[in-house]
Amino acid sequence: MSALLQTSDLTAFYGDAQALFGIDFQLTAGEMVAVIGANGAGKSTFMKAVTGLVKTTPNGIHFQGQPIGGLPPGEIVKRGIALVPEGRRLFPSLSVEENLLMGAFAKRPGPWSVERLFKLFPILAEKRAQPATSLSGGQQQMVAIGRALMSNPTLLLCDELSLGLAPIVIKEIYDALPALCGEGMTVVIVEQDVAMAQQVSQRIYCFQEGRVSLHGRSDELTREQISQAYFGISAEEASHA
Amino acid sequence: MLETLIQGLLLGGLYCLFALGQSLMFGVMRLTNTAQGDFIILGAYAAIASLGAVAVSPWLIAALLLPLAFGFGYGLQRQVLNSTLGRDPLPSLVVTFGLSIVIQNLLLQLFSADPRSIETDGFNTQSIALPGNISVGTLPLLIFALAVAATAALQWLFNRTQLGRAFRAVSDDREIAELMGLNAHHVYALATAVAFVLIALAGALQAMRTTVSPSDGPLLLLFAFEAVIIGGMGSFWGTLVGALLLGITQQIGFRIDPGWGIWFGHIVFLAVLVVRPQGLFPKTRG
Repeated sequence: MSALLQTSDLTAFYGDAQALFGIDFQLTAGEMVAVIGANGAGKSTFMKAVTGLVKTTPNGIHFQGQPIGGLPPGEIVKRGIALVPEGRRLFPSLSVEENLLMGAFAKRPGPWSVERLFKLFPILAEKRAQPATSLSGGQQQMVAIGRALMSNPTLLLCDELSLGLAPIVIKEIYDALPALCGEGMTVVIVEQDVAMAQQVSQRIYCFQEGRVSLHGRSDELTREQISQAYFGISAEEASHA
Repeated sequence: MLETLIQGLLLGGLYCLFALGQSLMFGVMRLTNTAQGDFIILGAYAAIASLGAVAVSPWLIAALLLPLAFGFGYGLQRQVLNSTLGRDPLPSLVVTFGLSIVIQNLLLQLFSADPRSIETDGFNTQSIALPGNISVGTLPLLIFALAVAATAALQWLFNRTQLGRAFRAVSDDREIAELMGLNAHHVYALATAVAFVLIALAGALQAMRTTVSPSDGPLLLLFAFEAVIIGGMGSFWGTLVGALLLGITQQIGFRIDPGWGIWFGHIVFLAVLVVRPQGLFPKTRG
C-alpha cells in the first residue's frame, strides 16, 4: 500500500540550530501512529515541519504522493493535514463556536460540522457562546480537536493531547480517537506517556535528539527497547534514575 | 456649561474618526501608525485637489475617495508595512515615521504651506437651534453621527462577520491562524484598507470643517493617540469614549482660557496613563 505521508531524510532548523536530523517516517492511510520521546527530542518540531510551521526542504515531505515541504501552512491544511497544537493554542478573543468555525476556513468538503462536533463533545454545545479560553483544560482540548476536525482532514496530527490534563479527561479524549480512524482518517499522536501511546496506537516512532531512535509495531516493542530508545539507557538504569 | 459639553462631544466625534483607523491597525496587527495624522491630511488634500480638477459636489468626491483609499491602504500594507511586522515594533515605527516626513514634504512641495479647505456652499456654517439658546453646527453634528456609525460598524464587522473573526484570530495567534488556512498578510492588508477608508473620511471632513495645511498631521496624530490610549488600545467603543472625553476636556479648557484647551486634553491623557495605563476599556483577552 502506498504511503499517505512519507518523509525522507527530513531536516529542520530553528535559525542556525538544527532540530531534526534525517527523519525517515512513513504513514499508511487509516493508521494510528504514536510519536514518543523526551522533551526536546524533536517531536513537536516534526509536527510543525509537516504542517509548514517550520521550513523544510521541498522534497523532504510527500503527502499523497505530492511534495509539500516548504509550502505555507494554509496550503497544507487545504491539502488535508490538520494539527492539534501543543498547549491547544485556542484563539482567546473567539468563542467556542467561533474557534470551531475558524477550523473550517480552508473550506475542505467533508462530514464535519459544528453540529456534528457538538454531538461528539456535548459539553461544548452548552458552552458554544463562551470565550474558548474560559473552559477547563479538557474542554479546551476538545475545542482544539474539534477545530482541527472542522477542516475535514485526511491526516490529523495531535501534539501532546494529554499535557496538563487529568487522567480521566485524557481517557475520555483518547476514547474518542479510534472512532475517527474508523471513518478513514489517519491519526498521528505525539505523546510522552509511553503506556498510553502503546495502548492507542498501531505503530510507534521514538525520537531522540532530533533522530528516529526506534520504530515498530506498538504491541511488539518491549519496555527495554523503548526505554533504550527514549532515554538512551536501559530500562533497569531508567528505573534507578 | 451644557453648550460646552455639546461642543466637546461634537469635537470628540471628529477625534474618534481620526483615531478609529489607528485603533483598528493596532488591534489587528499591533502596528502603531505614526503617520496616521499625515495620512488624514493627505486624504484632505486628495479631496481638495480632486475638487480643483473636477467641479462636482464635495460629498461625491468624498464618497469616490473611499474606495481609492481602500485600495491605497491595501497596497501600502502588502507592499510596505507587512515586511515591518514582527516581534520588534521598532521597524514599523521607523517606517511610518519616515512616511510621515515624506507626506509632509510632498504636500508642501505640491500645495505650498498655505492653509486650504473644501468649499461646502455654506454647509459648514449652518447650525441647528436647540432650546436654551444653544446652537449646534450641522456639519459637526453630521461628523458626530458618522463617528458613532463608524464605531458601531467596526464593532459589528469584528464581532459578527467572518472577516472580523479572521481579524481577531490573526491578532490572537498569527501562526495558528495561518494553520487554519488564513493568509495573514492578506488579512492585515484588509484591516489597513478599512482603516484607510476611515482615514480618508476623516481627512475630507476635516477639510470641510476647517482649513488644513501640510504640517497639521502630527497634531492630529497626537489627538488620535490620546483618544485611543484613553479609551484602551484595540477597543472601538473605548476609542469613541476616549475621543469624546478628550473633546469635552479640551472644550472645558478652551472655555476657561482659549490657550488651555489642548493642554487640558493632555492632562487628562497623562492622568489616564498614570491611573489606568491600559485605558478605560481595553480589548479583553482570555
